[in-house]
Amino acid sequence: MKAALAAAVVLALAGCTEKPQTNAQGVKHDAAPWSGTGTQANSGTPFTAAGWQPGDKTTWEQQLKARTQTGQNEYNKEN
Amino acid sequence: MARMKFVCDAERCIECNGCVTACKNENEVPWGVNRRRVVTLNDGVPGEKSISVACMHCSDAPCMAVCPVQCFYRTEEGLVLHDKDVCIGCGYCSYACPFGAPQFPSQGTFGMRGKMDKCTFCAGGPEDNGSKAEFEKYGRNRLAEGKLPACAEMCSTKALLAGDGDVVADIFRTRVLHRGKGAEVWGWGTAYGSQQAGNPPAGGTR
Repeated sequence: MKAALAAAVVLALAGCTEKPQTNAQGVKHDAAPWSGTGTQANSGTPFTAAGWQPGDKTTWEQQLKARTQTGQNEYNKEN
Repeated sequence: MARMKFVCDAERCIECNGCVTACKNENEVPWGVNRRRVVTLNDGVPGEKSISVACMHCSDAPCMAVCPVQCFYRTEEGLVLHDKDVCIGCGYCSYACPFGAPQFPSQGTFGMRGKMDKCTFCAGGPEDNGSKAEFEKYGRNRLAEGKLPACAEMCSTKALLAGDGDVVADIFRTRVLHRGKGAEVWGWGTAYGSQQAGNPPAGGTR
């Protein structure tokens, strides 16, 4: 009886404890952006821009460089 | 790839706040939080200059240095991002940042300060790329979609440039070399007439 009462008290008091505030797990590791946004690994979605292959870092870098030049450098169009 | 960088051309920014609107819309940023804003110097005075400011993703980020729980991390592309699950909302990063980038939502009970929110260079956060959790906490992950930040891509005058630092620097250098100054500027003659193309009127009278 006493053991059950003690267990109940322990369980009841467990709700009063604070959540651990240490960073024991550390900051989460972010996935590489060239892995794409699809639910499957290295896949895209309909929102993924054309011109590169998710999972391929090289094509992703080339895609961003090309997009920067075509989208933000109007001297390529005007001159 | 070099580091991802923002550059704002003060000669081109027209203070339209399109970048601010694009950012808020793309990332569904809550009311009261501005990840990006336009700052104008000498507002209303002829010759005023405006620049669009957000997190500059510093190479030696002071926010990262002062964070007591080390919630910040730097990606391989040089982006300074943070983990909201670790952030305690203390505000140290806000005091440390010279650009005023860290923002704190205050719509909670009694205006309680929430987790820090800032520009992610449209690269989301540590949750799965493109996941609902990532969107709700950090906004859209355009980088993983092969796109650039919405603010820069929406900039009507292309004052705000974003992307690989080397490419952005090349674009800006080309621009500065070509645009000239005063009457050399493209469109000057259309706007003011060729007679005022930088030369005094004939006869020296006005």
